[in-house]
Amino acid sequence: MPTDESKHRAGSRWTPAVLLAVAVILLAIGSWYGLFVAPPEHYMGEVQRIMYVHVPTAWSAMLLFTFAFGCALVYLFRGGWSWDSRMEGAIEVGVVYAALLCIQGAIWAKPTWGVWWDWDPRLTTTAVMLFAFLGILALRRFVDDPVKRAVWSSVATIIAYVDVPIVYFSVKWWNSLHQQQSSPSTVSEAFYLPLRLNAFGMLFLAIALVLLRARLSALRLRSELAPPLPEPGAMLAATPGGSE
Amino acid sequence: MQLVSALRKEVLLQWRSRAQFFGVLIFGATALLLFSFAIGPDSSALRLHSAGFLWLALLLSSTLTLADSFQLEMEQRALEGLLLLPADERSLYYGKAIANWLQLSALGLGLVPVMVVLYDAGTDRIAELVVVILIGTAGLSAPGTLYSAIATQARARQTLLPLLLFPLVVPVLLASVKATSLLILGDPMGQMRSWIVLLLAFDAIYWSLCGLLFGRVVED
Repeated sequence: MPTDESKHRAGSRWTPAVLLAVAVILLAIGSWYGLFVAPPEHYMGEVQRIMYVHVPTAWSAMLLFTFAFGCALVYLFRGGWSWDSRMEGAIEVGVVYAALLCIQGAIWAKPTWGVWWDWDPRLTTTAVMLFAFLGILALRRFVDDPVKRAVWSSVATIIAYVDVPIVYFSVKWWNSLHQQQSSPSTVSEAFYLPLRLNAFGMLFLAIALVLLRARLSALRLRSELAPPLPEPGAMLAATPGGSE
Repeated sequence: MQLVSALRKEVLLQWRSRAQFFGVLIFGATALLLFSFAIGPDSSALRLHSAGFLWLALLLSSTLTLADSFQLEMEQRALEGLLLLPADERSLYYGKAIANWLQLSALGLGLVPVMVVLYDAGTDRIAELVVVILIGTAGLSAPGTLYSAIATQARARQTLLPLLLFPLVVPVLLASVKATSLLILGDPMGQMRSWIVLLLAFDAIYWSLCGLLFGRVVED
């Protein structure tokens, strides 16, 4: 039967493509506005424009890890393989975003602070977050049993997530070199319009990538969980009168 | 009661394999010696960084003891036998985690004299140093025991444990190093309390969270 499921699949096949297209458009407009229309910042000058990708990357990275944490909780307490696949996708994309975040931060820090890296709480906790989730991806490669892999990486994700709120609040709790969070009420529209466009662009890009990675992970899982194919000899013997 | 029996079993096993403990202690002392070569013979610099070296040596040694902590249970599938007992798996976890904590604390206390001799990093506040080592190693042993249960059952056990554990214990390591450093170098700003509170907070998070999740790690 061409059921709802196949329709659903056909629909979901296009979702990442649509999200990717929207993301590219938003990022293009946001970056154009940020690079050419928005005025340079008073103190930092042109260097500040990296904020239009840096801050959206940070937001999306945190959201991705939060989503992975949610998937881990759901998998552990309710089960369902799709949550394991989603968690893997979210951690993979989250690690890429967190790595990009550190690189963008370093590019910005060199002309502004004079160093690539500073042992400031925000930077330190972000690096810890990156390595903690990178460790979970390594764990997934080292475990062959899909059930154990799913349970253990969910457990590790829940524990590693302890660091994410610390990253977010680090600039408030400690007297940090890194800027505090701004809000639209404290920033002029010329600054927050490109920021907001890019934020949605990065978010849609992240969702599209998670969907693609989750699908890949689900396919890999399906082949792992499939019963092994019978031996060639056994198949020949079974064909004449067999029901197969 | 179940916890007491689990703890008794672990402590007895550790006592019987005490040769390994001394091996790890010598490993830690060797690491302390090597750190001084990295810095060079500058005695003031060595003293300044002594707390960091002590905790790094302890962390490196801890992976050796923690990696083996579930080895006996894995041989001849003894863990399954333990889980079949009408006992809560959490008592098994806490028994092991407390035993690992005691072992790591003993290791830390054993490394202190080496640090004092090599780096001239003595302190008069011995009781406070003991407290810092106790609550610092508590923050290492709780996640370490849980991850050891995972890593022992996976491939590449020796690689996986530090890969999972090290990023996680950065806050504990940082707070322990700071607190120990303040004890050795003096604490004119009275910062000790805040680092102790941070350590206790992480201990509370890790001991409760890891205990809750352990049951899922060993279930089959």
